[in-house]
Amino acid sequence: MERFSSPRDLDQARQSAAQSRQGRLTLSLCSGTGCLANRSRPVYEALIAELDKAGAADKVIVKRTGCHGFCERGPILVVYPQEICYLSVQPDDVAEIVAKTVLKGELVDRLLWKQAGKTFTRQSDIPFYSHQTRQVLAHNSLMDPADIDDYIGYDGYAALADVLANRTPQQVIDEIKRADLRGRGGGGFPAGVKWETTRNAADPVKYVIVNGDEGDPGAYMDRSVLEGAPHSVLEGLIIGAYAIGATAGFFYIRQEYPLALTNTLKAIEQAEARGLLGDNILGSPFSFHVKVHQGAGAFVSGESSALVSAIEGRVGEPRLKYIRQSVSGLFGKPTCLNNVETWANVPLIIRNGADWFRATGTEGSKGTKIFSLVGQVEHTGLVEVPMGTTLRQIIYDIGGGIKSGRKFKAVQTGGPSGGCIPEAHLDTPVDFDALTQLGSMMGSGGMIVMDESSCMVDVARYFVEFLKEESCGKCLPCREGIREMVTILNRITQGQGRPGDIAFLEDIAVLLSEAALCGLGTSAANPVISTLRYFRDEYEAHIHAKTCPAGVCKALIAYTIDAERCQGCGACAKQCPTKAITGEKKAAHRIDQKKCVKCGVCLDACPKKYRAVAKVSSVSVVPEAVQTA
Amino acid sequence: MPEATEELCSLDRIDRIIDRYGGQRSALIQVLLDIQKEDKWLAEESLRHVASRLNVPLPQVYQVATFYKAFSLARRGRHLITVCMGTACHVRGSPRLFDRVSQKLGVGPGKTTHDGRFSLLTVNCMGCCALGPVLAIDEDYHSNPSAADLGRILSQYE
Ligand SMILES: Cc1cc2nc3c(=O)[nH]c(=O)nc-3n(C[C@H](O)[C@H](O)[C@H](O)COP(=O)(O)O)c2cc1C
Ligand code: FES
Ligand code: FES
Repeated sequence: MERFSSPRDLDQARQSAAQSRQGRLTLSLCSGTGCLANRSRPVYEALIAELDKAGAADKVIVKRTGCHGFCERGPILVVYPQEICYLSVQPDDVAEIVAKTVLKGELVDRLLWKQAGKTFTRQSDIPFYSHQTRQVLAHNSLMDPADIDDYIGYDGYAALADVLANRTPQQVIDEIKRADLRGRGGGGFPAGVKWETTRNAADPVKYVIVNGDEGDPGAYMDRSVLEGAPHSVLEGLIIGAYAIGATAGFFYIRQEYPLALTNTLKAIEQAEARGLLGDNILGSPFSFHVKVHQGAGAFVSGESSALVSAIEGRVGEPRLKYIRQSVSGLFGKPTCLNNVETWANVPLIIRNGADWFRATGTEGSKGTKIFSLVGQVEHTGLVEVPMGTTLRQIIYDIGGGIKSGRKFKAVQTGGPSGGCIPEAHLDTPVDFDALTQLGSMMGSGGMIVMDESSCMVDVARYFVEFLKEESCGKCLPCREGIREMVTILNRITQGQGRPGDIAFLEDIAVLLSEAALCGLGTSAANPVISTLRYFRDEYEAHIHAKTCPAGVCKALIAYTIDAERCQGCGACAKQCPTKAITGEKKAAHRIDQKKCVKCGVCLDACPKKYRAVAKVSSVSVVPEAVQTA
Repeated sequence: MPEATEELCSLDRIDRIIDRYGGQRSALIQVLLDIQKEDKWLAEESLRHVASRLNVPLPQVYQVATFYKAFSLARRGRHLITVCMGTACHVRGSPRLFDRVSQKLGVGPGKTTHDGRFSLLTVNCMGCCALGPVLAIDEDYHSNPSAADLGRILSQYE
């Protein structure tokens, strides 16, 4: 690989990369984790074989890209320049795609997106995409993350070249400050300010870190950026290092993301070979080196001081906040840590200017934000929208509303530190400040939609249980307070809630927010407080009526068979793992509640035409053993 | 069990892993992750060797090995079944998926089947949230397999 020794070399490479694309058909096959799970690898193999057979292999470019966003309908194949988007592509579909689209320019209609009686050919016209503003993810469907020249062909590293040749570090910081770029990892701290404090710290040895721990369960924005556009994060990091005066940097990537790790390592290797990373970058006096550190599975490790301990090879426990990372961080040196998406925005701001960046977003939150729109929504996936887009626009216009026509109940944002927002607030614009006022927070971008089949007490219990496991145990309020909350919530969901329990939960919440050491503890009660605020009646139903209105809490539900409807087909009895269902063939069956483990297999097994199995929640059906326990 | 030691990272291989990181103490977590990946667990002799080579006190090695969820101090089965318990998967029924798998294997979370074929683990998100509830068998992902699917899938593993 040729090493660039000046911005001119880079410019030439960009032109030739852009030229080589010109006029050639490109098949972009999503090979992100979601699509790989949907078997995109066999599709790739079939594609290569089929193109070979048709003698078309050198006429087209086949790219394996990162996540296109619409993961639920993967594997996704997009044919450029027409941008024809085929969804849920299986290996058997490939021969037809090659014969029709590649060789004759015709469409394979059955693989196109259809919605409300319309057929959509171009990816960007599909409602899931057309309501988005893709800036950070702009080239995710176009770029091969394993090929640095592809990134260069889309103006990659142009911002770095510009900075090194034409701007002082202070000018770079000023641009980022003027853009008002706020950290995407959840806190929303102004990036430019953090850069400046680190730059101004006395110690000449400084570090920069990419936080790719993404511990928020249900969120995968950072995974997709690292998998699909690792160079944009790397370029942002190098620019930041130049502005801050850092000579070494780290990527911290969670070990659950093997593909993100592989693609990042490859990006670093290629950038080094190209002279864009290492000694005397692009022939300038600036040198900068990068290492990758894998996380080992601990939510609290995503907290900045805990992450620094982990890179030092120690247990990832947070430190007191008065020791500022920007003064004394990694190995005691001034350290600037930013989230993956924060870094990925940097090259865009430098290339297009702070004014361009500020043109999108709200008063206090500029630019776009990527969300992981998941749960009980019709179209799940990764979406990028301007800050200030309302929850309703995201869930209904992009996500297509609630799955299978059920009713919306709440959307959970902000991960374990966030909260649940009910229907009444769906018109709230999403940014750093508005969701906080509702008792939740925007957080890093997880957006989990829940319908009436979710129990809000169970959801609160789920998060608090998660935090109990993840609390490092260093400070007492967090360790004991969370454990006590779990005990109470377990009791409530098991039908043994006591009248004072709600007040008790509220007391612990105050204690946690005032006395815990790090953000994990101070925000740990948020899921409880926000569900109490909007769904208090559900708590009360569990405590006083001993029912779970959503039919989720196992101790408060029972499965029954309607003798009128049951045709005695035996489908449920065959699948029941505990042999709790008995009955003669062709006669109504019944469930022995003492043997039943409430796994729900019978409900799934009962043929749709009979619908004889029902899930019920009322005192009368709860076995006595539970009622009196 | 002589057979058991054979499966483990030999001390030579551990040395090679440590050398890859230049023998630095700060590489402790990375070294343990590499051993965990090869062996699927961390044996006491591996930990002792790492402690002496990196010159880190053994209690500190244990502290790290027990703090992070990626590490296992118990031997694991030949295949790892990981059920995602993340939020997106939770609201789409991962507790029921977990029960299904657990019933099928006859073991609870963190446990290994008697024949040593499978260990059943949970994780808090593997980044396939749009496909939830998901489970992975080694590196292959499956979106919400039914009880019948599971039987078919599991029978493919030795
Ligand atoms: C318990 C806890 C977990 C966190 N996990 C993450 C994480 O996984 N990824 C992340 O970017 N930030 C995480 N943060 C926030 C970081 O501490 C830090 O604020 C952030 O990475 C700074 O980058 P930003 O300013 O670019 O957002 C976490 C914070 C806490 C308290
Ligand atoms: S992984 Fe393919 S669309 Fe997300
Ligand atoms: S929540 Fe299950 S994969 Fe993310």
